[in-house]
Amino acid sequence: MNGPHDMGGMRCYGPVVAERDEPLFHGAWEKRALALTVAMGAAGMWTLDRMRFARESLPPVQYLSSTYYEIWLAALETMLVEKGLLAAAELDSGQASSPPVALNRPVADRQGMAAILARGGPVEREASRQPAFASGDRVVTSDTHPAGHTRLPRYARGKPGIIAAVQGCHVFPDSNAAGQGENPQWLYSVAFRAADLFGAGIHEVFLDCFEPYLSSEGT
Amino acid sequence: MSHDPAGDDQHGHHDHSHLEGMELKVRTLESLLVEKGYVDPGALDEIVETYETRVGPRNGARVVARAWRDPAYLERLRQDATSAIAELGFTGRQGEHMRVVENTPEIHNMVVCTLCSCYPWSVLGLPPVWYKSAPYRSRAVSEPEAVLAEFGVTLPEGKTIRVWDSTAEMRYLVLPERPAGTEGWSEERLADLVTRDSMIGTGLARAAGEVS
Repeated sequence: MNGPHDMGGMRCYGPVVAERDEPLFHGAWEKRALALTVAMGAAGMWTLDRMRFARESLPPVQYLSSTYYEIWLAALETMLVEKGLLAAAELDSGQASSPPVALNRPVADRQGMAAILARGGPVEREASRQPAFASGDRVVTSDTHPAGHTRLPRYARGKPGIIAAVQGCHVFPDSNAAGQGENPQWLYSVAFRAADLFGAGIHEVFLDCFEPYLSSEGT
Repeated sequence: MSHDPAGDDQHGHHDHSHLEGMELKVRTLESLLVEKGYVDPGALDEIVETYETRVGPRNGARVVARAWRDPAYLERLRQDATSAIAELGFTGRQGEHMRVVENTPEIHNMVVCTLCSCYPWSVLGLPPVWYKSAPYRSRAVSEPEAVLAEFGVTLPEGKTIRVWDSTAEMRYLVLPERPAGTEGWSEERLADLVTRDSMIGTGLARAAGEVS
């Protein structure tokens, strides 16, 4: 989706401002927002891709005026309501008024959560076919503007690049976020020239591009 | 990079009443989720403690220091960074698929996530606010020299910048160049030279004289 999250190449946000001696969390609520987001993610009611789509689907003014943990929290509320775990009225009142629904995975205790964090959620999958491209191949990215989730940023659409590495066959976020299953695709590291992306610049930009985003140059 | 000791609205942080509002909102949500039996409070504490005490940039610094000292380890990092990093006990969430990109006299690497805030948690912990901010996400890909200048980094003439936009689940750790004059240093001493920003690529490793 062409949304406010897709920021690469914009010029309107001013200089990077780093906070001196930045604390890990700004307020206790950020710790709990992180913990709730991670813990509910582990319940298996939605994928990380779906959650990312919920974050980037927040109203643009809200997205741009929120801190990152505020964005996480708002999207968590969205998903809790969408999956029927909480009613909107319960969020408003703070009072539970409906019975809980069954989660897809058992609720982790402290030890269980330590194991979940240490394991993570690998997304590499068995490939059912050979990769279409090899290192050194010249490719062009697709110039599509899907309404759903995609990981091809606007600044890199319809652009020429060179395959720098084949990174394995990974869960395809565009399908996974839409509830259409993992639909694993070959993932490539693709090198682009800044001048091709932004009309100027002598640096190189590497993106991880899924095979459906790419076609051979000249086709 | 301009510093802002007051930590004001430039970070998107808000005033005191807003903070109180967020504290209340999150406390309420947590109570609801606990009451419904969806989360275990002990699991929530485990998540916070993991990233407060066990997973942070010190992990990445150990990977870098080992790579500087041990050519065989460096080679394993190049071949399969996820496994090589796991040798040191660093695995898990947002580090499932790691790649190490090496700075050289010719190349400087810098990592960003323009679409959200992807960051190699297993080796660097949670990202700083600036990494997740619109200025960094928007400009790192289009004008990295200017962004580096804001961090006080000027690269020698002729060095090529490679910007890695983390658009999938690959997570990137920059291997900074080893500072001169550190021959024979222990891994521990070398690790003290490795800053978080040097592993994102918005900084360089400290010079040998900067630590005792």
